Amino acid sequence: MKTAHAGWVFVTPALLMIAVFFLLPVLAALGLSLTDFDIYALAQLDNLRFVGGGNYLRLLQTPLFWKALGNTLFFVLAGVPLSIAVSLAAALLLHSAVARGKAIFRTALFAPVVTTLVAVGVIWNYLLHTRYGLINDLLGRVGIHPIDWLGDPRWAMPAIILFAVWKNFGFNMVIFLAALQSIPEELYEASRIEGASALQQLRFVTLPALAPTLVLVSILTMAGYFQLFAEPYVMTQGGPLQSTTSVLYFMYEEGFKWWNLGSASAVAFLLFLLMFAVTLVQSFALRRWSEP
Amino acid sequence: MTLRSQALLVNAALLAAAAVSLGPLLWMVSASFMAPGEASSAPPPLLPRAATLENYHQLFAQTGMGRSFANSLFLATAATLLSLVFNVSAGYAFAKLRFAGRERLFRILLGALIIPAQVAMIPLFLLLKHLGLVNTYLGVLLPSVANVFGIFLVRQYALSLPDEMLEAARIDGAGELRLFWSIVLPSLSPILVTLAIFTFLGSWNDFLWPLIVLTDDDRHTLPVALASLTREHVQDSELMMAGGVITVLPVLVLFLVLQRYYIQGLLAGSVKG
Repeated sequence: MKTAHAGWVFVTPALLMIAVFFLLPVLAALGLSLTDFDIYALAQLDNLRFVGGGNYLRLLQTPLFWKALGNTLFFVLAGVPLSIAVSLAAALLLHSAVARGKAIFRTALFAPVVTTLVAVGVIWNYLLHTRYGLINDLLGRVGIHPIDWLGDPRWAMPAIILFAVWKNFGFNMVIFLAALQSIPEELYEASRIEGASALQQLRFVTLPALAPTLVLVSILTMAGYFQLFAEPYVMTQGGPLQSTTSVLYFMYEEGFKWWNLGSASAVAFLLFLLMFAVTLVQSFALRRWSEP
Repeated sequence: MTLRSQALLVNAALLAAAAVSLGPLLWMVSASFMAPGEASSAPPPLLPRAATLENYHQLFAQTGMGRSFANSLFLATAATLLSLVFNVSAGYAFAKLRFAGRERLFRILLGALIIPAQVAMIPLFLLLKHLGLVNTYLGVLLPSVANVFGIFLVRQYALSLPDEMLEAARIDGAGELRLFWSIVLPSLSPILVTLAIFTFLGSWNDFLWPLIVLTDDDRHTLPVALASLTREHVQDSELMMAGGVITVLPVLVLFLVLQRYYIQGLLAGSVKG
């Protein structure tokens, strides 16, 4: 077998699987989003009609879709910066020359990342309980009245954001830590000789050196946060008053509860377009930042 | 600030952060040994008055979580083996076997990474329904068998294999399959471990797709079973915590044992990518 033949033989199985079970369905989703595929079409394909942009137009007039979009944007715009700030702070602490037991602390802070989202979501359900939850108990000790975290429309999304940050910050922390370790020590030496304080070092040495990593991390994190689903599914069921219904949660209900598969495909595509646009802007920033 | 007070501050902050990270997990373990109803009292107890295995007993005897545990274990193991079979050969070929169109093909694959998996889910569900694979384990497995991230991970590692080693084997008359099996695979072993742990954890923790595909209770994976248990038994917090423990503990232990490989893969996938 020649090398070139071998190459094709080695990649074909994987490529076939990806084509059949990913790329083809993505194209089909675009087609499906232009039809009125519903429970009747599911039973009998003759009932399927082409509706052009009808699903998209109707979605743009559906209040719950806008609500879900707003909730998701809130989750992304508040959650991503908070999560990155916590990750960066944790990485700086771990990187500090005076920190002890770094390996153990790193493992401890990273542990929530590998846990099962549904399971830890259930734990947080109880931690956030209005009467018996540890969080309100701790807040009560400093004189803060009990908050109905998951039952109050004003607090449900902030509670989910706190939970998501707790669950995810370790991931970016590890990436930041690797980036911090790759900053040459001479840069710090030079700034020390010039009399820079620790804060000035952070501002003029560390953060500029981390800039490309920061943008990269924010691209990856945003992509993940746009896909909010399991948290509201387990913790709030999209409520109260639909204050935690995300775009994906809306898609799941539209598709697999009401079986409006055409419309649900349109939701998936709109989410994809939004994510694509945001990523495009960020990659542009990454190119700008990476230029020497 | 003196060095000493700085050290005190940094380590105190790390301790506090570790307490926040591990606290919920430790409380889960503790509450899983409490008597029914004990956790729901004010102020919330941190430790059980008298530790009991009652919740675990009830969990396996009455809720079918034992079955779900077996399902999860089977699916995650199968997903891992299949992923190794499909992604390793492809990743190696993209790194080391020259063929026409290789670079363009690889760029297309990387480009596909931007499309979120949920876009494909609805047509995928219809495809599986057409094939009679809804509510089967195969239906859960098929879409994740080959994935771009896995191929990318293996390719990045395989790039570092010396060409001379491969050429020498070819000159000695080794066919491409022999070469792959007896020379390439052994030298790729660290990245195989990384790919295996990523796939296993990913499959074990996956929620949305198994939720859509598996309709029967007795086929549910742990996250799906736990989610439906939450919706039925909201008040039995101790029972739910026992369910959480058997869901989280296996992956946590696996991570602790293979941590080095996991972190390596995480960095390879995000920093160099």
